[in-house]
Amino acid sequence: MMVQASKDLDKPASTGLSAGFDMARDRFLSDFELFEKNGATAGPSWIRQIRKAAISRFSELGFPTTRLEEWKYTSVASIANVRFSRAEQARAGLTSEVLAPATLEEVACAQLVFVNGHYSRELSSFRSLPEGVKAGSLATTLNSDPSSIEPHLARHASYHDHSFVALNTAFMNGGAFVYVPRGKVVEQPIHLLFVSTAPFDSAQDRPFDSAQDRPASTELSAGPSTRLRTGFDSAQDRRGTAVVSHPRNLVVLDDGSHAMIVETYIGLGSDVYFTNVVTEIVGGKDAVIDHYKLQRESEAAFHIGTVQAHLDRSSNFSSHSIDLGGALVRNDVNAVLDGEGVECALNGLYIVAGRQHVDNHTRIDHAKPHCSSRELYKGVLDGKSRGVFNGKIYVHKAAQKTDAKQTNKNLLLSQDAAINTKPQLEIYADDVKCTHGSTIGQLDQDAMFYLRSRGIGLAAARSLLTYAFASELVSRIKVEPMRTRLENLLLTRFQNGSEPEGTR
Amino acid sequence: MLQIKNLHASVNNTEILRGIDLAVKAGEVHAVMGPNGSGKSTLAHVLAGRESYVVTSGEVIYEGKDLLAMPAEERAREGIFLAFQYPVEIPGVSTTYFLKAGVNAVRKHRGLEELDAIDFLALIKEKMKFVEMDQSLLNRPLNEGFSGGEKKRNEIFQMAVMDPKLAILDETDSGLDIDALRIVANGVTALRSQDRAMIVITHYQRLLNYIIPDYVHVLFDGRIVKSGGKALALELEEKGYDWIKVEAELAQQTVA
Repeated sequence: MMVQASKDLDKPASTGLSAGFDMARDRFLSDFELFEKNGATAGPSWIRQIRKAAISRFSELGFPTTRLEEWKYTSVASIANVRFSRAEQARAGLTSEVLAPATLEEVACAQLVFVNGHYSRELSSFRSLPEGVKAGSLATTLNSDPSSIEPHLARHASYHDHSFVALNTAFMNGGAFVYVPRGKVVEQPIHLLFVSTAPFDSAQDRPFDSAQDRPASTELSAGPSTRLRTGFDSAQDRRGTAVVSHPRNLVVLDDGSHAMIVETYIGLGSDVYFTNVVTEIVGGKDAVIDHYKLQRESEAAFHIGTVQAHLDRSSNFSSHSIDLGGALVRNDVNAVLDGEGVECALNGLYIVAGRQHVDNHTRIDHAKPHCSSRELYKGVLDGKSRGVFNGKIYVHKAAQKTDAKQTNKNLLLSQDAAINTKPQLEIYADDVKCTHGSTIGQLDQDAMFYLRSRGIGLAAARSLLTYAFASELVSRIKVEPMRTRLENLLLTRFQNGSEPEGTR
Repeated sequence: MLQIKNLHASVNNTEILRGIDLAVKAGEVHAVMGPNGSGKSTLAHVLAGRESYVVTSGEVIYEGKDLLAMPAEERAREGIFLAFQYPVEIPGVSTTYFLKAGVNAVRKHRGLEELDAIDFLALIKEKMKFVEMDQSLLNRPLNEGFSGGEKKRNEIFQMAVMDPKLAILDETDSGLDIDALRIVANGVTALRSQDRAMIVITHYQRLLNYIIPDYVHVLFDGRIVKSGGKALALELEEKGYDWIKVEAELAQQTVA
């Protein structure tokens, strides 16, 4: 693989860090060769080209260092230090009971379950998908109906300047494709549930699920003859290796359609693993999209995700990004308001403790006139946790009458917690209304005293006020069991000395 | 029930209470009056356990126990209730949820079983009558968007639910129109009992037309400078506080 110089590339003479980053990059590059060699990149030629371009770009970019402005406060060294393996298919033997705390089966018209990035038909359920609405594995659709995907996939989430988007694009190996036809209103949510778990059942201490026994027809580009044991050097290495998955979701709403999409990420067990996800959302004219991403990875997990929305005239997009789990988390939510009259709301809530690190980056591109955007991100940081918020609003020259408002509020529950918050407004139009503000504070002492004067103890009062702080965002969640579950979680979370999000 | 002896307290290193002596027995209603800045609210907050108010000397014995050694929540669990002059708005937490947490913390402390949702609902329905409280208000976020009158009614409603032994009402009449004042005062009066003592802190006499006190104390410059029966309140209404100030200054000079 050629390594080209790039203006973004920051490669000082081999310091320990960059050497580690180079090695990590090279491991992914050689894994890609295996991935290719074993036919995993089969499929339409256009997608092969995209993969190749993406891996080539990843090779140029490498792992981002903290010298890059976009990664200034988030070091990915801990990810670079781990040797990851791709799981080759969904682990069998998981039951729906295990998923019960995260399921939305009772309200969702479709619930697609992915295990270690691979679609699990057994665990997925379809209750009442309205006619014409498609919700299924992206991999399957890529084989059966590539023409519905080609106009959109990788057209919006740019792999040119984001290493992990590039990596995802090269390896994308699962995730969902959702399509809502013109004018169709899907009342019930479509749930995409991503489960990470040990690659094989440690109780029986057997190697990863007998891959050869089952045809992996649901896998991306995996034909019946595909060898499924790629990516592992030997059976030995399979044991205890950290799993990486690169889920890729594509959500397309045609003109005038409505849908609610929920993405949930959970981890079973306490292993180190890495979820590197990209979701592209395409909203047609007058489309209404309510998008939720609930991240409850296990406490040793790495989660890097990008949500990229492209919004046409008079569409309405609201995003809710909720981060509770993970050791190192980076979320990018980007929206391009590419038609007049788009309304965009980005909501975010991050609640971390212990040594968790969560970084939220958002970018809203006001590309056309008369659009409005409202952004509210709130963080609660306890223990020695670190938070980063970076919100960019980019108002293009044509985007007159833009109305943008961005707010980031943080509640620090401990002396040792810290947050770096940075609003960025870049405005090239002259008739716009843009405001931003950020706050960092502790619990309100008047309120604490008020609660305690009613007999509520210190820990419970803290918990209640933290809940109160977060409730503004929780109340915006329209998916009922999700909201109630989150409310209960928040109310109990700070009762016992604020443990970081556990596994289940 | 309550003995306050030579209580001194400071806020931000400024001494506000400069030697308060007061004894309150069960069943009694004591009014504490005084001009602005005399230390009325400080006294209320010190009794309720606000940590930013530092007691520099003196003692407070409540039901035979050292009140000042208890944190605020323990005082509440032992039966002390403060009706706030400025009730705090807490978005996202309903009055019902908040009160249930309080009631059950008190019950747990007293070795009683916690109330479940149904029993608690029955309790609040019964207590709502005291202040003509609308139930829809209770499901809204605590005090958020409440009018001044609704906030004060909510305080007295909370008092009814918490069923304290000693209730301290901090300027419960401030900012109320006459109708709201009547509702609040009637609620308080209905809650008078042989077992319950009340300290009613107020700037104006008008509240005491409804809540008839057994004793009236005048607080000035951090001390109780005059005590008497309910007639004292009327006298203050008529003459204002200036004559108290003059008297207090004369007394000071005599001491000097």
